[in-house]
Amino acid sequence: MPRWIYRRLGDRLFAGVVVALGLGLVLLALLIAYELYSGAAPALGRFGFFGFLLGREWDAVRGVFGAWPALLGTLITSALALVLAFFPALAAAIYVVELAPAWLKEPVAYLVDLLAALPSVVYGLWGLFVLVPPLRAHVESPLYLWAAAHAPGVLPLLGPPTGIGLFSATLVLALMIVPYASSLARDALALVPREQREAMYALGATRWEVIRGAVIPYARAGIFSGVVLALARALGETMAVTMLIGNSVELPYSLFGPAATMASLIANEFTEASDDLHLSALVAVGLLLLLIALLTNLVATWILNRMQLEGGRR
Amino acid sequence: MNLGRRRFRDRVMAALVVLGTLVVLVPLFFILFYVFAEGLGALNWAFFTQGPRPPGEAGGGMLPAIVGTFVVDLIALVLAAVLGLAAGILLAEYPEHPLNPPLRLVADVMAGLPAILMGLVAFVLVVKPLGHFSGLSGSVALALIMIPIIVRATEGVLKLIPWELREAGLALGLPRWRVVLSLVLPAARGGILTGLMLALARGAGEAAPLLFTAFGNPYLTTNPLEPMDTLPLKIFVYAVSPYEDWHRQAWGAALLLALLIMAASYLARRYAGGRR
Repeated sequence: MPRWIYRRLGDRLFAGVVVALGLGLVLLALLIAYELYSGAAPALGRFGFFGFLLGREWDAVRGVFGAWPALLGTLITSALALVLAFFPALAAAIYVVELAPAWLKEPVAYLVDLLAALPSVVYGLWGLFVLVPPLRAHVESPLYLWAAAHAPGVLPLLGPPTGIGLFSATLVLALMIVPYASSLARDALALVPREQREAMYALGATRWEVIRGAVIPYARAGIFSGVVLALARALGETMAVTMLIGNSVELPYSLFGPAATMASLIANEFTEASDDLHLSALVAVGLLLLLIALLTNLVATWILNRMQLEGGRR
Repeated sequence: MNLGRRRFRDRVMAALVVLGTLVVLVPLFFILFYVFAEGLGALNWAFFTQGPRPPGEAGGGMLPAIVGTFVVDLIALVLAAVLGLAAGILLAEYPEHPLNPPLRLVADVMAGLPAILMGLVAFVLVVKPLGHFSGLSGSVALALIMIPIIVRATEGVLKLIPWELREAGLALGLPRWRVVLSLVLPAARGGILTGLMLALARGAGEAAPLLFTAFGNPYLTTNPLEPMDTLPLKIFVYAVSPYEDWHRQAWGAALLLALLIMAASYLARRYAGGRR
């Protein structure tokens, strides 16, 4: 092979292929954004952006589509799941980094991460057949009966104790997002320098006071980014939620009653959507989900940068 | 506060931390226990060799879904590897290229998007133009999920390869493309394989983006232009069905899927270990 082919042409060709594929990926992303937008345009044009966003009714039969119930469902389940998941996730991270005997650190960390590897459908399957029956019999029903006898005013808040609904979906969702929050918190805690801890021990602090006063504040940017990653997961989580939440787009929601999230709405109705407006409304929900996911990531990066600047400890 | 109270508080908080950890681990054991206990009972000869029976009839198996899982996941992995590796190489080996900032942005944004959106995208890009559901459109959806994982892993591991290695190659008179293909990529093989396996483990478990792309198909097919079944899809459909025997098979499929994913993540760990 002549030398110039080997050197010049080879280099050009290789760089050309790599750049072309990279450019393809960027163009693909633009195409995706355009296609989602144009797919959503009929529904958004019909109801207006804010009319669609805040529309309280989703009725395929009458052809009226508003995203508010699904948006509300996503926000409620994600926020509740995050609240439920935060302390166990942080505790698991603290346990692995600070408290566990050396031989237990690896296995516990591995097991927590394993939670992230299990597929969403498996969580749904487990929730449906293992978690829901006892939840209905031993938690929801007694609570409902107690409320019926002593505080009938809260019954509309509780809703029917069927086991399938907001409450079960949120519990499983919380479990699913723990590993995301926990593994980033763990990395952040492990990065805290020894001196930071020893300085405080030297002042006579107990182990908890060291964790509370020296370790957690130092690691808070990492802990926070884990929380946001977990939130992003929760917002888009589909299968387990679809299987457990009962898929009712009718407001008002109640704690035990059925509900829907944006992701579960798309999963549930997309294959059945027959007319173009319904399909377009579902794509518009997808577009909304995309915007929320982008916003979450953006806010996270921004706050993370500020926290690290403020910290400026290194 | 006196020392006694501070010590007491220290113990209480340690106990709470252990309790919080157990709150996470106990459900995990429950899930693993049920998947293995219920799943093992469902695995038999028919499960691996037969297609599904009509609804409500007991028996039958998962053969179309097992074959479909391999076909859809393999095509997805190839598609994602081509784009992901190229993007990773571009980011790491040509750091001054003007395309890199938008490319990095795209990879970061894609990594943060919910999987079901990738299904919507594949529906719009592949299903609509073709006019029907297909295994290929499912592969495209899964590939979109896998790409950012592969990009990140590839870029990360290539940047760990010392520049001296490249300079040594260049000093010997090798052109840049031979340096990348014959020196850098082989040196980074472990990390790249780790990224591919992690992407496979992630994609193989997804059902949401396949609902309206691969769609499902009770008949055995290896043609990716036809609708296809995969294990996650089958678990979903069988779990929400009213039939006892389908529930049993859903557990079997869950066990098989969990083993597949654990195998992929085990390989990922092993390749990562071999690098050091």
